[in-house]
Amino acid sequence: MNVVAPFEGIGVSVKRKEDLRFLSGRGQYTDDIVRPGQTYAYILRSPHAHARINRIDTAAAQASPGVVAVYTGADLAAIGGLPCGWQIHNKDGSPMAEPKHPVLAEGKVRHVGDPVAVVIADSRERAKDAAETILVDYEVLPAAATMQAALAPGAPAIHDGIAGNLCYDWHIGDKAVNDAAFAAAAKVVTFETTNNRLVPNAMEPRAAIGDYDTTTGEHTLFTTSQNPHVIRLLMGAFVLQIPESKLRVVAPDVGGGFGSKIYHYAEEAIVTWAAARLGRPVKWTADRSESFMSDAHGRDHVTKASLALDANGKILALRVHTQANMGAYLSTFAPCVPTYLYATLLAGVYTTPTIYCEVKAVFTNTVPVDAYRGAGRPEATFLLERLMDVAAKETGIDRVELRRRNFIPADAFPYQTPVALQYDSGDYQSTLDEALATADWAGFEARRAEAARRGKLRGIGVSTYLEACGIAPSAVVGSLGARAGLYEVGTIRVHPTGSVTVLTGAHSHGQGHETTFAQLVSDRLGVPVAQVDVVHGDTAKIPFGMGTYGSRSLAVGGSAMFKAMDKIIAKGKKIAAHLMEASVDDVEFDRGTFRVAGTDKTKSLGEIALTAYVPHNYPIEEIEPGLDETAFYDPKNFTYPGGCHIAEVEIDPDTGRVAVVQFTAVDDVGRVINPMIVEGQVQGGVAQGIGQALLEHAVYDTNGQLLSGSMMDYTMPRADDLPNVGVATHTTLCTHNPLGVKGCGEVGAIGSPPAVINAVVDALRDYGVSHVEMPATPDRIWGIINAGRKMAAE
Amino acid sequence: MYDFAYHKPTSVADAVKLLAADPDARPISGGHTLLPALKHRLNKPSSVVDLSGIAELKGIRREGDRIVIGAMAKHKEIAESAEVQAAIPALAKMAGSIGDIQVRNRGTIGGSVANNDPAADYPAAVLALGATVVTSKRRIAADEFFQGMFTTALQPDELLVAIEFPVPQRAGYAKMRNPASRYVMAGAFVAKIADGVRVAINGAGPGVFRQKAMEAALSANWSPDAVANIKQPADGLNSDIHGSAEYRAHLVTVMAKRAVADAG
Repeated sequence: MNVVAPFEGIGVSVKRKEDLRFLSGRGQYTDDIVRPGQTYAYILRSPHAHARINRIDTAAAQASPGVVAVYTGADLAAIGGLPCGWQIHNKDGSPMAEPKHPVLAEGKVRHVGDPVAVVIADSRERAKDAAETILVDYEVLPAAATMQAALAPGAPAIHDGIAGNLCYDWHIGDKAVNDAAFAAAAKVVTFETTNNRLVPNAMEPRAAIGDYDTTTGEHTLFTTSQNPHVIRLLMGAFVLQIPESKLRVVAPDVGGGFGSKIYHYAEEAIVTWAAARLGRPVKWTADRSESFMSDAHGRDHVTKASLALDANGKILALRVHTQANMGAYLSTFAPCVPTYLYATLLAGVYTTPTIYCEVKAVFTNTVPVDAYRGAGRPEATFLLERLMDVAAKETGIDRVELRRRNFIPADAFPYQTPVALQYDSGDYQSTLDEALATADWAGFEARRAEAARRGKLRGIGVSTYLEACGIAPSAVVGSLGARAGLYEVGTIRVHPTGSVTVLTGAHSHGQGHETTFAQLVSDRLGVPVAQVDVVHGDTAKIPFGMGTYGSRSLAVGGSAMFKAMDKIIAKGKKIAAHLMEASVDDVEFDRGTFRVAGTDKTKSLGEIALTAYVPHNYPIEEIEPGLDETAFYDPKNFTYPGGCHIAEVEIDPDTGRVAVVQFTAVDDVGRVINPMIVEGQVQGGVAQGIGQALLEHAVYDTNGQLLSGSMMDYTMPRADDLPNVGVATHTTLCTHNPLGVKGCGEVGAIGSPPAVINAVVDALRDYGVSHVEMPATPDRIWGIINAGRKMAAE
Repeated sequence: MYDFAYHKPTSVADAVKLLAADPDARPISGGHTLLPALKHRLNKPSSVVDLSGIAELKGIRREGDRIVIGAMAKHKEIAESAEVQAAIPALAKMAGSIGDIQVRNRGTIGGSVANNDPAADYPAAVLALGATVVTSKRRIAADEFFQGMFTTALQPDELLVAIEFPVPQRAGYAKMRNPASRYVMAGAFVAKIADGVRVAINGAGPGVFRQKAMEAALSANWSPDAVANIKQPADGLNSDIHGSAEYRAHLVTVMAKRAVADAG
């Protein structure tokens, strides 16, 4: 009897293998790990945004019960600062200002939450008790909590020797060509906006355990990281000078990252260093308040833009001036976010012939800002898609029609933009058409009228967007200032009985890689998903990989696996040819079966694997035993997911509360491996996008105190803030990776905020509003409505 | 959290004794305010007196024209009580609107009223309904009980035992939640009781207060329109990153209108 196994390959919504573990509480997160003899670190942090440290007295803390050690910046002065992984150059070619980012403050603190001292004790509580006895003599300095304050004449100098708190003054595009295009324009539309600062708030706070084997000299760091090899490289080579062979970094189960767990943080270096010094494991786990003041924040741009159009609404040129807040220090990838992840996306889905963008990156007395879900691309998309609506209003051209007139046509690919990127594929008219139909755009006015009868202001908004992910070609990013390559590695290990272990440099912290990657193997090698195990997150187990961010895991990591499977199949064919006494060229392979072409002679993958590991009858002179292959894949280009998001909102004019009542996402993410996981990824991204549009805002007061420092004041999106998010995909294949995939992790967060704000502005169309800043809180909306009513009354 | 002694008395008398003996002792009911403060080391009591073992503090019953709710009654019990639902549906609905299901299963009316958080729900009901706060020592009228932000007439060794609510002819409640905390940003409880009409405003100011202009308007004409044009002065109202005093003042009128509509 033939038992036909269910197909579990590409395109099937296989249930997530990892969920049984997570949902039954058997996940193993960093804080779940307990090492023998473990101690606990508590980090004393600055309560001031900017202060000189005249003296730190730790005597009482040293003598506190249970305390093992107390360290300050003086103890760590000999080790390196936290490195920055991307160097941007100024307009004049000089490198950006790159101040030292000490692991523990050295003489000065520069933001609330800056680490000042660490207490290590036999319990968390006793470490905290002791930390309260540390006397720090702070000389409080004036703070620059905003970019405006930091750039003002006479602003406090946050770092010695950095004039005007300017990190860099960068630009892209040909200014003369751009100016000429503006001079010839029939219409120029201007727009200003602030892209709100966000706190990523992964469900699992950051944690780290340093461990040291005094007999072998081996260091182990368990950490909440999206990229353990990157941490090993940065911390080992730049901070602690530990050779790779003596440093193992393990990122076990990680409960969400959204970018905030890419970076190398001070606490990782502290626990690794202290564990070696003490000969005992040291654990640190952030509480939520610490997360707010020590995890890298996201966004925080102030932008002025102008769009030049001809008389028919065809875009002639775009000009953008952006100030980007870096915070007090440069986080690992911060400099690239407002430049190469932002300005290069300013063409969007449009045929804009010339684009000029200049970006000033500014130091402030705030938590460092770095990539957060979408990173740069949401800022570019928000700017463009609001600008399109403003232009539509000012030109009188329908906002959908204006977009259509400027779309890059489906037959124009590959398409070279004026800002460095070359798009490989896309079909923006089709994703727009499908979204308009699904959202019943045509029927909106009736819904608006019905809402008006209920006293509600209803609005609809559209965003047609594109992003660049699947990062990235190493040579390209290297030329742009990246201090790392951005390939990925994959190992396919076929075991003697035909089951498979996959080793990947990508890291799953919610994405479902254990399932999606297993499906790739199942699809190609015919092995059931249950017999494919995916191993990630441990530098002792996997080859050097770059980790997960920028929606790269499948496009880059999956492609590495694909290449490794090529090698498995090629080797398997040789073994099969030997066993079936055929020429290698005559052996075909399809989903687990090797066949001599045109015959019924076959060998299964399991038979081949067994032969490879028990090579009794084997061409041992020609090929090695074993069936275990590794491939590194360096992408040829970025991938370019895009699509159309449509939001429909209702505003209660009495309270100003905005409710998103309908949301439609039609995304082109390339080939879809697991539709259920893609749907979840898009919905999660849209939730965060709606969070940015309506709810989330990290607010500092003028003294640099974080006013929204807890969930009591920072509005995280909750289930009842969100509509049902309809997700559809409209696929054009990526042309340059073997899977045809583009990536889906960030599209939701990139495409949705302008769709929501466009809908809010549309809802307020009778109040003379051309823009509403994010987040569109009830207070802000009521202010607009109230002002509009007052104007009407006068 | 700092170390503290833990007591779990079984009578009000024993609890009061523990509190009287130690000025740094704190009673704990549902713990929704005290526990986070302890965890953040913002509070350092020498001992915590857990009231959950005291039977006299529990229960909800109707006594003639009053509903008597024990201090340790949980929000969920009040929301689901047939007596409360029948006599003061607005109060049952209010209880069912507090926090989330976890909060409602732990939080108590006594804890909330004794704490008098300006953004809490119950103080508005207690004040608008002209309830009587019954303590281990005395009976306190609502108008005397609430004394501004986190301040009440309770003495350190005095325990809130129960709250007696007169059954109103009509009562309604409406609130705007703080988008982040979901506490009350501005709320209004309106009630028509034997003594007349009372309107209590919570969330908007530093403490719950009565809106006398609205009371007068509703006494003359019990309808949402009666309060629609009564403006709450913004002076003295709260202002923060979630809403200006002017916005809160505006919300007071909106919520009062909705509360009257809710009362029917």
